[in-house]
Amino acid sequence: MEQDVTIKITDRDGVIHEVLAPTDMAMNLMEVVRSYELAPEGTIGICGGMAMCASCQCYVKSEHELPEMQDDEEAMLSEAFYVKDNSRLGCQLPITPEMEGLEVELAPEG
Amino acid sequence: MIKTDILIIGAGPTGLFTVFEAGLLKLKCHLIDALPQPGGQCSEIYPKKPIYDIPAYPEILAGDLTEKLLEQCKQFEPGFTLGERAETIEKQEDGTFIVTTNKGTKHHAPVVAIAGGLGSFEPRKPLIHNIADFEDKGVEYIIKNPEIYRNKKVVIAGGGDSALDWSIFLSDVASEITLIHRRNEFRGHLDSVEKVQELKNKGKINLITPAEVIGIVGDEKVKAIVVKQALHIEKEFEIECDHFVPLFGLSPKLGPIGNWGLEIEKNAIKVNNALDYQTNIPGVFAIGDVNTYPGKLKLILCGFHEATLMCQAAYQIINPGKRYVLKYTTVSGVDGFDGTRKEAPKAVVKAIE
Repeated sequence: MEQDVTIKITDRDGVIHEVLAPTDMAMNLMEVVRSYELAPEGTIGICGGMAMCASCQCYVKSEHELPEMQDDEEAMLSEAFYVKDNSRLGCQLPITPEMEGLEVELAPEG
Repeated sequence: MIKTDILIIGAGPTGLFTVFEAGLLKLKCHLIDALPQPGGQCSEIYPKKPIYDIPAYPEILAGDLTEKLLEQCKQFEPGFTLGERAETIEKQEDGTFIVTTNKGTKHHAPVVAIAGGLGSFEPRKPLIHNIADFEDKGVEYIIKNPEIYRNKKVVIAGGGDSALDWSIFLSDVASEITLIHRRNEFRGHLDSVEKVQELKNKGKINLITPAEVIGIVGDEKVKAIVVKQALHIEKEFEIECDHFVPLFGLSPKLGPIGNWGLEIEKNAIKVNNALDYQTNIPGVFAIGDVNTYPGKLKLILCGFHEATLMCQAAYQIINPGKRYVLKYTTVSGVDGFDGTRKEAPKAVVKAIE
């Protein structure tokens, strides 16, 4: 469908998945990962997407311009583990047409 | 030994509503929860966040929902074993169950309802290579008894409410309190942040930011921690202390329930959703976010429905062959185990002259 974007997601076992994500369903990256079951239920999106658990942390590997980090995301990442400079919370990244070709890697469970 | 009719594992919204539905059938409930307070995720993760899909509540805060559920089930006098995790289950010859917690508290019931959500909340442990060697030897992830810190040197790490609140509390108890956080900003309640600022200015809290604890020093017990601070230039130094308390929040783990011989799929317990939400072990039910079946939705309102049907099945197990028909609370009222009665006011009959 034309409103879909393609996103490359590396799961926690290092397997790369190229998935189609809809831009018109108010979905975020965490939800896309869950909808394709790329991480076991109960290990991602634990807080439901409130930037309160960091179970959807991922590393952004492409140069896409993403929405600026809000205070709660920044605060959560400051308490999370395995955080790198390119860490983001998937639940705070709504899927938009600008994300076509985005590449991310899921951070380890922690 | 605690005896009850339905032993509920998990005191979140689904578990609490079970108490009410069971009470209507004259069944008594007891709840076990690893957290020190009832409410589950609603009180632990997001008490101040609104929920919009509870029927008849256009908007309700998760913490308020917990309060309302406690109020609704109060007259059925639920028992609570809080701050303990259900560890083992043993089926008795008569088909009843004994569930024992990690602290050895035993519970005996003919029916067990697992309403465990995503599992029991366990502290998130920071990635410090030798931290496991010092657990209970000066490293504690949860503060249970603040008195053990009296006149001791304590280091707390973390940037949320519990790190702030305990730093404030222990500033009057410990001989020295140090708070370490990865950045200068804290995300706790504004008054907690201000209080820490005030105590820092008075020299009662030693604040080190932006910094991280990267190691622990000691033989038998904690003697010091190694801190890496990235202020202007990066440097590493040691802080002498008796206790190191990392407070990085809690994350849910299915835990020991996973070893009870239940059929597990996708970190959830498979149940018979066509009938009564029973698991593969007769007499053990799973309701709310902890269960799975085709089309499952992890919603509080679905947990309420599942709890209601489960109670009917529990009634049949506990009272085999005993007749019962569903009654409406509006018609029959609610008779509490505490002797209270709620009922609809009688209609007034008055002649028109």
